[in-house]
Amino acid sequence: MTADLPEIAESPQRGMSSHLAGELLEVSMGPQHPSTHGVFRMNVALEGEVVRKLKPVFGYLHRNHEKIGENTSYLGSMPYTDRLDYFCSMTNNWAYALSVEKLAGIEVPERAEYLRIILAELTRLVNHTSLLGFLLSDMGAWGTPLMYAFRERERVLDLFESLSGSRMMCDYMRFGGCRVDLPAGWMERARQIVDGFPRFLDEFEELIT
Amino acid sequence: MESIEEMKARAEQAISGARLEIVPNPGPAGQPSLLLDHEHAFAVANFLRADPALRLDYCSNVTGVDWLDRTVKKKVKVKKLVDGVEKEIEETQEEFFPGYLEAVYHVYSIEHKHGPVVVRLRTRDRAEGAPLPSLTPVWRSAEFQEREIYDLYGIHFEGHPDLRRILMWDEFTDFPMRKDYREPDDYEYEPTPHDEVLEKAKQHYAPRPAEDGAEHLAAD
Repeated sequence: MTADLPEIAESPQRGMSSHLAGELLEVSMGPQHPSTHGVFRMNVALEGEVVRKLKPVFGYLHRNHEKIGENTSYLGSMPYTDRLDYFCSMTNNWAYALSVEKLAGIEVPERAEYLRIILAELTRLVNHTSLLGFLLSDMGAWGTPLMYAFRERERVLDLFESLSGSRMMCDYMRFGGCRVDLPAGWMERARQIVDGFPRFLDEFEELIT
Repeated sequence: MESIEEMKARAEQAISGARLEIVPNPGPAGQPSLLLDHEHAFAVANFLRADPALRLDYCSNVTGVDWLDRTVKKKVKVKKLVDGVEKEIEETQEEFFPGYLEAVYHVYSIEHKHGPVVVRLRTRDRAEGAPLPSLTPVWRSAEFQEREIYDLYGIHFEGHPDLRRILMWDEFTDFPMRKDYREPDDYEYEPTPHDEVLEKAKQHYAPRPAEDGAEHLAAD
Protein backbone atom coordinates (compact mmCIF):
# COMPACT_ATOMS: atom_id res chain seq x y z
CA MET A 1 0.00 0.00 0.00
CA THR A 2 2.67 2.46 0.99
CA ALA A 3 4.69 1.77 -2.14
CA ASP A 4 2.40 3.87 -4.30
CA LEU A 5 2.75 7.00 -2.22
CA PRO A 6 5.50 9.42 -3.21
CA GLU A 7 8.20 10.04 -0.70
CA ILE A 8 7.60 13.01 1.53
CA ALA A 9 10.70 15.12 1.54
CA GLU A 10 11.64 17.83 3.97
CA SER A 11 9.42 20.74 3.15
CA PRO A 12 10.63 24.33 3.26
CA GLN A 13 7.27 25.32 4.65
CA ARG A 14 5.50 23.85 7.59
CA GLY A 15 2.55 21.72 6.63
CA MET A 16 3.40 21.44 2.98
CA SER A 17 4.63 18.19 1.54
CA SER A 18 6.68 18.19 -1.62
CA HIS A 19 4.16 16.13 -3.58
CA LEU A 20 1.64 18.92 -3.12
CA ALA A 21 4.01 21.67 -4.17
CA GLY A 22 2.72 23.73 -7.06
CA GLU A 23 -0.74 22.22 -7.02
CA LEU A 24 -3.42 24.67 -6.07
CA LEU A 25 -6.70 23.50 -4.66
CA GLU A 26 -9.56 25.94 -4.59
CA VAL A 27 -11.76 25.66 -1.55
CA SER A 28 -14.84 27.65 -0.68
CA MET A 29 -14.79 28.04 3.08
CA GLY A 30 -18.12 29.00 4.57
CA PRO A 31 -20.36 30.96 4.63
CA GLN A 32 -19.90 30.38 8.31
CA HIS A 33 -19.63 32.12 11.67
CA PRO A 34 -19.28 30.52 15.09
CA SER A 35 -22.54 32.05 16.22
CA THR A 36 -24.12 32.06 12.74
CA HIS A 37 -24.75 35.78 12.52
CA GLY A 38 -22.66 37.82 10.14
CA VAL A 39 -21.65 34.78 8.11
CA PHE A 40 -18.53 35.18 6.05
CA ARG A 41 -17.08 33.12 3.20
CA MET A 42 -13.54 32.84 1.94
CA ASN A 43 -12.53 31.53 -1.45
CA VAL A 44 -9.05 30.21 -0.81
CA ALA A 45 -6.43 28.65 -3.04
CA LEU A 46 -4.45 26.13 -1.03
CA GLU A 47 -1.09 24.64 -1.75
CA GLY A 48 -1.02 21.79 0.70
CA GLU A 49 -1.88 23.50 3.94
CA VAL A 50 -0.50 26.85 2.87
CA VAL A 51 -2.97 29.49 1.81
CA ARG A 52 -1.74 31.02 -1.44
CA LYS A 53 -4.67 33.25 -2.30
CA LEU A 54 -7.70 34.35 -0.39
CA LYS A 55 -10.73 36.27 -1.56
CA PRO A 56 -13.22 37.24 1.10
CA VAL A 57 -16.91 37.05 0.16
CA PHE A 58 -19.38 38.85 2.36
CA GLY A 59 -22.80 40.43 2.18
CA TYR A 60 -24.70 37.41 3.50
CA LEU A 61 -26.07 39.45 6.32
CA HIS A 62 -25.84 42.95 4.98
CA ARG A 63 -28.31 45.30 6.63
CA ASN A 64 -27.56 48.32 4.44
CA HIS A 65 -27.69 50.76 7.24
CA GLU A 66 -27.71 53.73 4.85
CA LYS A 67 -30.99 52.54 3.38
CA ILE A 68 -32.51 52.11 6.83
CA GLY A 69 -31.26 55.59 7.63
CA GLU A 70 -33.08 57.01 4.61
CA ASN A 71 -36.38 55.80 6.01
CA THR A 72 -36.03 56.93 9.60
CA SER A 73 -35.24 60.10 11.52
CA TYR A 74 -31.79 61.02 12.75
CA LEU A 75 -32.70 59.99 16.26
CA GLY A 76 -34.41 56.85 14.98
CA SER A 77 -31.04 55.61 13.76
CA MET A 78 -29.53 55.77 17.25
CA PRO A 79 -30.78 52.35 18.45
CA TYR A 80 -29.45 50.77 15.25
CA THR A 81 -25.94 51.86 16.20
CA ASP A 82 -26.18 49.66 19.31
CA ARG A 83 -26.57 46.67 17.05
CA LEU A 84 -23.57 47.38 14.84
CA ASP A 85 -21.40 45.90 17.56
CA TYR A 86 -23.19 44.94 20.73
CA PHE A 87 -19.95 44.69 22.67
CA CYS A 88 -19.44 48.44 22.21
CA SER A 89 -22.90 49.95 22.01
CA MET A 90 -21.96 53.03 24.02
CA THR A 91 -19.05 53.95 21.78
CA ASN A 92 -21.09 53.28 18.66
CA ASN A 93 -23.78 55.60 20.01
CA TRP A 94 -21.11 58.16 20.65
CA ALA A 95 -19.57 57.99 17.19
CA TYR A 96 -22.98 58.53 15.61
CA ALA A 97 -23.87 61.33 18.03
CA LEU A 98 -20.54 63.05 17.29
CA SER A 99 -21.12 63.00 13.56
CA VAL A 100 -24.65 64.40 13.83
CA GLU A 101 -23.42 67.03 16.29
CA LYS A 102 -20.73 68.03 13.84
CA LEU A 103 -23.28 68.16 11.03
CA ALA A 104 -25.74 70.29 12.96
CA GLY A 105 -23.26 72.29 15.03
CA ILE A 106 -24.62 71.11 18.41
CA GLU A 107 -22.58 71.71 21.56
CA VAL A 108 -22.49 69.17 24.37
CA PRO A 109 -22.52 70.25 28.04
CA GLU A 110 -19.40 69.46 30.02
CA ARG A 111 -21.09 67.00 32.36
CA ALA A 112 -22.36 64.98 29.40
CA GLU A 113 -18.87 64.94 27.91
CA TYR A 114 -17.52 63.47 31.15
CA LEU A 115 -20.31 60.91 31.28
CA ARG A 116 -19.61 59.88 27.70
CA ILE A 117 -15.93 59.39 28.40
CA ILE A 118 -16.61 57.36 31.55
CA LEU A 119 -19.05 55.15 29.67
CA ALA A 120 -16.68 54.74 26.73
CA GLU A 121 -13.90 53.64 29.07
CA LEU A 122 -16.23 51.17 30.79
CA THR A 123 -17.19 49.89 27.34
CA ARG A 124 -13.52 49.37 26.66
CA LEU A 125 -13.27 47.20 29.78
CA VAL A 126 -16.27 45.16 28.59
CA ASN A 127 -14.86 44.79 25.13
CA HIS A 128 -11.31 43.88 26.10
CA THR A 129 -12.28 41.38 28.82
CA SER A 130 -14.60 39.67 26.34
CA LEU A 131 -11.86 39.70 23.75
CA LEU A 132 -9.48 37.90 26.11
CA GLY A 133 -12.15 35.38 27.04
CA PHE A 134 -13.10 34.60 23.46
CA LEU A 135 -9.51 34.57 22.27
CA LEU A 136 -8.53 32.00 24.87
CA SER A 137 -11.66 30.03 24.08
CA ASP A 138 -10.69 29.93 20.40
CA MET A 139 -7.14 28.97 21.32
CA GLY A 140 -8.38 25.90 23.13
CA ALA A 141 -8.87 26.99 26.73
CA TRP A 142 -12.52 26.22 26.30
CA GLY A 143 -15.04 27.75 28.64
CA THR A 144 -13.42 28.58 31.94
CA PRO A 145 -11.45 31.75 31.08
CA LEU A 146 -14.44 33.02 29.11
CA MET A 147 -16.68 32.59 32.15
CA TYR A 148 -14.21 34.49 34.34
CA ALA A 149 -14.12 37.27 31.76
CA PHE A 150 -17.88 37.31 31.44
CA ARG A 151 -18.29 37.50 35.21
CA GLU A 152 -16.31 40.73 35.15
CA ARG A 153 -18.06 42.00 32.06
CA GLU A 154 -21.43 41.42 33.69
CA ARG A 155 -20.52 43.77 36.56
CA VAL A 156 -20.07 46.61 34.08
CA LEU A 157 -23.19 45.61 32.16
CA ASP A 158 -25.13 45.86 35.44
CA LEU A 159 -23.97 49.45 35.62
CA PHE A 160 -25.15 50.04 32.05
CA GLU A 161 -28.48 48.46 32.85
CA SER A 162 -29.05 50.60 35.92
CA LEU A 163 -28.26 53.66 33.80
CA SER A 164 -29.96 52.97 30.48
CA GLY A 165 -32.35 50.12 31.21
CA SER A 166 -30.54 47.68 28.96
CA ARG A 167 -27.39 45.64 29.36
CA MET A 168 -26.16 45.81 25.79
CA MET A 169 -28.62 47.78 23.65
CA CYS A 170 -28.06 50.93 25.68
CA ASP A 171 -29.30 53.58 23.23
CA TYR A 172 -27.96 56.07 25.73
CA MET A 173 -26.33 58.95 23.85
CA ARG A 174 -28.40 61.76 22.42
CA PHE A 175 -27.45 64.60 20.08
CA GLY A 176 -26.13 67.25 22.42
CA GLY A 177 -25.79 65.05 25.48
CA CYS A 178 -26.97 61.86 27.14
CA ARG A 179 -30.45 60.47 27.68
CA VAL A 180 -30.61 60.55 31.50
CA ASP A 181 -28.37 61.62 34.33
CA LEU A 182 -26.72 59.10 36.63
CA PRO A 183 -28.98 57.46 39.23
CA ALA A 184 -28.10 57.85 42.91
CA GLY A 185 -25.10 55.81 43.99
CA TRP A 186 -24.08 54.93 40.44
CA MET A 187 -20.74 56.67 40.55
CA GLU A 188 -19.85 54.92 43.82
CA ARG A 189 -20.62 51.51 42.28
CA ALA A 190 -18.63 52.37 39.19
CA ARG A 191 -15.69 53.36 41.34
CA GLN A 192 -15.82 50.05 43.20
CA ILE A 193 -15.84 48.08 39.96
CA VAL A 194 -12.96 50.05 38.50
CA ASP A 195 -10.96 49.72 41.74
CA GLY A 196 -11.55 45.98 41.76
CA PHE A 197 -10.47 45.55 38.16
CA PRO A 198 -6.70 45.18 38.68
CA ARG A 199 -7.48 42.31 41.07
CA PHE A 200 -9.37 40.57 38.27
CA LEU A 201 -6.46 41.06 35.90
CA ASP A 202 -4.06 39.44 38.37
CA GLU A 203 -6.48 36.59 38.94
CA PHE A 204 -6.97 36.13 35.21
CA GLU A 205 -3.25 36.12 34.58
CA GLU A 206 -2.75 33.45 37.22
CA LEU A 207 -5.56 31.42 35.71
CA ILE A 208 -4.13 31.33 32.22
CA THR A 209 -0.37 31.37 32.70
CA MET B 1 -2.32 71.16 8.35
CA GLU B 2 -2.37 73.76 5.60
CA SER B 3 -5.64 75.18 4.39
CA ILE B 4 -7.51 73.58 1.53
CA GLU B 5 -6.83 76.67 -0.63
CA GLU B 6 -3.07 76.23 -0.19
CA MET B 7 -3.44 72.53 -0.86
CA LYS B 8 -5.28 73.27 -4.10
CA ALA B 9 -2.74 75.87 -5.22
CA ARG B 10 0.22 73.59 -4.57
CA ALA B 11 -1.41 70.61 -6.24
CA GLU B 12 -2.21 72.68 -9.33
CA GLN B 13 1.35 73.90 -9.41
CA ALA B 14 2.78 70.40 -9.07
CA ILE B 15 0.54 68.79 -11.68
CA SER B 16 0.23 70.77 -14.87
CA GLY B 17 -3.29 70.91 -16.24
CA ALA B 18 -4.99 69.71 -13.06
CA ARG B 19 -8.29 71.50 -12.49
CA LEU B 20 -9.23 71.36 -8.84
CA GLU B 21 -12.30 72.90 -7.34
CA ILE B 22 -13.13 73.66 -3.75
CA VAL B 23 -16.63 72.56 -2.81
CA PRO B 24 -17.76 74.76 0.08
CA ASN B 25 -19.84 73.39 2.93
CA PRO B 26 -22.47 75.89 4.04
CA GLY B 27 -23.48 73.80 7.09
CA PRO B 28 -22.24 74.30 10.65
CA ALA B 29 -19.47 71.73 10.14
CA GLY B 30 -18.04 74.04 7.46
CA GLN B 31 -15.72 71.40 6.09
CA PRO B 32 -14.84 72.20 2.47
CA SER B 33 -13.78 69.46 0.11
CA LEU B 34 -11.59 69.10 -2.92
CA LEU B 35 -13.18 68.15 -6.24
CA LEU B 36 -10.78 66.46 -8.65
CA ASP B 37 -11.08 66.27 -12.42
CA HIS B 38 -11.10 62.81 -13.99
CA GLU B 39 -7.92 63.11 -16.06
CA HIS B 40 -5.65 64.20 -13.22
CA ALA B 41 -7.40 62.53 -10.27
CA PHE B 42 -4.80 59.78 -10.01
CA ALA B 43 -1.87 62.23 -10.20
CA VAL B 44 -3.43 64.60 -7.66
CA ALA B 45 -4.22 61.74 -5.28
CA ASN B 46 -0.64 60.57 -5.61
CA PHE B 47 0.53 64.09 -4.86
CA LEU B 48 -1.65 64.27 -1.73
CA ARG B 49 -0.19 61.00 -0.60
CA ALA B 50 3.46 61.64 -1.40
CA ASP B 51 3.82 65.35 -0.62
CA PRO B 52 6.06 65.64 2.47
CA ALA B 53 3.90 68.33 4.08
CA LEU B 54 0.63 66.46 3.57
CA ARG B 55 1.43 62.73 3.55
CA LEU B 56 -2.23 61.72 3.38
CA ASP B 57 -1.39 58.05 3.59
CA TYR B 58 -4.61 56.63 5.01
CA CYS B 59 -7.97 56.50 3.28
CA SER B 60 -10.43 55.91 6.06
CA ASN B 61 -13.72 55.92 4.20
CA VAL B 62 -15.13 56.04 0.70
CA THR B 63 -18.80 56.59 0.13
CA GLY B 64 -21.15 57.21 -2.77
CA VAL B 65 -23.77 59.91 -3.16
CA ASP B 66 -26.55 60.06 -5.72
CA TRP B 67 -27.54 63.56 -6.76
CA LEU B 68 -30.73 63.63 -8.78
CA ASP B 69 -31.58 66.22 -11.44
CA ARG B 70 -32.96 69.27 -9.73
CA THR B 71 -34.44 72.60 -10.64
CA VAL B 72 -33.99 75.47 -8.25
CA LYS B 73 -36.54 78.26 -8.36
CA LYS B 74 -35.14 81.69 -7.66
CA LYS B 75 -36.94 84.96 -7.37
CA VAL B 76 -35.01 87.67 -9.14
CA LYS B 77 -35.81 91.36 -9.38
CA VAL B 78 -35.64 92.45 -12.97
CA LYS B 79 -35.97 95.97 -14.37
CA LYS B 80 -38.41 96.07 -17.22
CA LEU B 81 -40.24 98.63 -19.27
CA VAL B 82 -43.92 98.47 -18.46
CA ASP B 83 -46.07 100.89 -20.46
CA GLY B 84 -43.04 102.99 -21.18
CA VAL B 85 -42.06 103.25 -17.49
CA GLU B 86 -39.13 101.35 -16.07
CA LYS B 87 -40.30 99.21 -13.16
CA GLU B 88 -38.72 96.63 -10.93
CA ILE B 89 -40.59 93.37 -11.28
CA GLU B 90 -40.04 90.16 -9.37
CA GLU B 91 -39.62 87.20 -11.67
CA THR B 92 -39.23 83.51 -10.91
CA GLN B 93 -36.33 81.93 -12.71
CA GLU B 94 -35.68 78.25 -12.86
CA GLU B 95 -32.19 76.92 -12.87
CA PHE B 96 -31.62 73.32 -13.87
CA PHE B 97 -28.80 71.26 -12.34
CA PRO B 98 -28.27 67.91 -14.05
CA GLY B 99 -27.82 64.94 -11.73
CA TYR B 100 -24.60 63.08 -11.15
CA LEU B 101 -23.08 60.41 -8.96
CA GLU B 102 -20.31 61.19 -6.54
CA ALA B 103 -17.59 59.28 -4.73
CA VAL B 104 -16.32 60.90 -1.53
CA TYR B 105 -12.98 59.93 0.00
CA HIS B 106 -11.93 60.81 3.54
CA VAL B 107 -8.16 60.74 3.80
CA TYR B 108 -5.94 61.21 6.83
CA SER B 109 -2.26 61.28 7.53
CA ILE B 110 -1.03 58.71 10.01
CA GLU B 111 2.47 60.15 9.82
CA HIS B 112 1.55 63.76 10.59
CA LYS B 113 -1.62 62.88 12.54
CA HIS B 114 -3.83 65.25 10.62
CA GLY B 115 -6.97 65.07 8.56
CA PRO B 116 -9.50 64.45 7.30
CA VAL B 117 -9.22 65.93 3.86
CA VAL B 118 -12.37 65.29 1.88
CA VAL B 119 -11.76 64.42 -1.76
CA ARG B 120 -14.63 64.19 -4.24
CA LEU B 121 -15.02 62.76 -7.70
CA ARG B 122 -18.14 63.37 -9.78
CA THR B 123 -19.45 61.48 -12.79
CA ARG B 124 -20.70 63.34 -15.85
CA ASP B 125 -24.23 61.96 -15.54
CA ARG B 126 -26.27 59.29 -13.81
CA ALA B 127 -25.96 56.73 -16.61
CA GLU B 128 -25.41 53.09 -15.72
CA GLY B 129 -21.70 52.38 -15.47
CA ALA B 130 -20.77 56.07 -15.46
CA PRO B 131 -16.96 56.06 -15.22
CA LEU B 132 -14.69 57.48 -12.56
CA PRO B 133 -10.96 56.91 -12.14
CA SER B 134 -10.22 54.44 -9.34
CA LEU B 135 -8.04 55.68 -6.50
CA THR B 136 -7.42 52.16 -5.20
CA PRO B 137 -3.91 52.13 -6.72
CA VAL B 138 -3.14 55.14 -4.50
CA TRP B 139 -5.03 54.16 -1.35
CA ARG B 140 -5.30 50.39 -1.13
CA SER B 141 -7.99 50.55 1.55
CA ALA B 142 -10.39 51.98 -1.05
CA GLU B 143 -10.59 48.65 -2.86
CA PHE B 144 -13.62 47.14 -1.11
CA GLN B 145 -15.35 50.46 -0.66
CA GLU B 146 -15.09 51.32 -4.35
CA ARG B 147 -16.51 47.87 -5.02
CA GLU B 148 -19.36 48.69 -2.68
CA ILE B 149 -20.05 51.97 -4.50
CA TYR B 150 -19.98 50.11 -7.81
CA ASP B 151 -22.39 47.57 -6.35
CA LEU B 152 -24.86 49.99 -4.81
CA TYR B 153 -24.60 53.06 -7.07
CA GLY B 154 -23.32 51.68 -10.38
CA ILE B 155 -20.23 53.86 -10.74
CA HIS B 156 -17.62 52.11 -12.87
CA PHE B 157 -14.15 52.65 -11.36
CA GLU B 158 -11.58 52.51 -14.12
CA GLY B 159 -8.26 51.03 -13.05
CA HIS B 160 -9.76 49.13 -10.11
CA PRO B 161 -7.98 45.78 -9.72
CA ASP B 162 -11.07 43.66 -9.04
CA LEU B 163 -14.34 45.46 -9.73
CA ARG B 164 -17.15 43.05 -8.84
CA ARG B 165 -20.33 43.29 -6.81
CA ILE B 166 -19.49 42.92 -3.15
CA LEU B 167 -22.74 42.82 -1.15
CA MET B 168 -25.40 41.96 -3.71
CA TRP B 169 -25.13 38.70 -5.59
CA ASP B 170 -23.43 38.66 -9.00
CA GLU B 171 -26.65 38.15 -10.95
CA PHE B 172 -28.31 41.19 -9.43
CA THR B 173 -28.84 43.91 -12.03
CA ASP B 174 -29.93 47.09 -10.26
CA PHE B 175 -28.22 49.60 -7.95
CA PRO B 176 -30.08 49.71 -4.64
CA MET B 177 -28.68 52.92 -3.18
CA ARG B 178 -29.74 55.10 -6.09
CA LYS B 179 -32.52 57.46 -5.15
CA ASP B 180 -34.80 56.26 -7.93
CA TYR B 181 -34.35 52.57 -7.12
CA ARG B 182 -37.54 50.57 -6.80
CA GLU B 183 -37.54 47.24 -5.06
CA PRO B 184 -38.73 44.32 -7.18
CA ASP B 185 -41.92 42.60 -6.03
CA ASP B 186 -40.16 39.30 -5.71
CA TYR B 187 -36.41 38.95 -5.52
CA GLU B 188 -35.84 35.35 -6.48
CA TYR B 189 -38.95 33.27 -6.78
CA GLU B 190 -38.17 29.66 -7.43
CA PRO B 191 -40.63 26.77 -7.22
CA THR B 192 -39.56 24.43 -4.45
CA PRO B 193 -40.50 20.81 -3.68
CA HIS B 194 -42.62 22.29 -0.95
CA ASP B 195 -45.07 23.62 -3.56
CA GLU B 196 -45.48 20.20 -5.22
CA VAL B 197 -46.11 18.52 -1.88
CA LEU B 198 -48.69 21.13 -1.06
CA GLU B 199 -50.49 20.57 -4.37
CA LYS B 200 -50.59 16.81 -3.80
CA ALA B 201 -51.82 17.24 -0.27
CA LYS B 202 -54.71 19.36 -1.47
CA GLN B 203 -56.05 16.42 -3.48
CA HIS B 204 -56.44 14.37 -0.31
CA TYR B 205 -58.77 16.48 1.67
CA ALA B 206 -62.17 17.85 0.88
CA PRO B 207 -62.49 21.61 0.86
CA ARG B 208 -63.96 23.02 4.06
CA PRO B 209 -65.25 26.41 3.06
CA ALA B 210 -67.02 26.93 6.36
CA GLU B 211 -63.85 26.59 8.40
CA ASP B 212 -61.26 27.71 5.99
CA GLY B 213 -61.91 30.18 3.23
CA ALA B 214 -58.44 29.95 1.79
CA GLU B 215 -58.64 26.25 1.10
CA HIS B 216 -61.91 26.71 -0.63
CA LEU B 217 -60.35 29.26 -2.90
CA ALA B 218 -57.38 27.00 -3.63
CA ALA B 219 -59.60 24.01 -4.50
CA ASP B 220 -61.45 26.00 -7.14
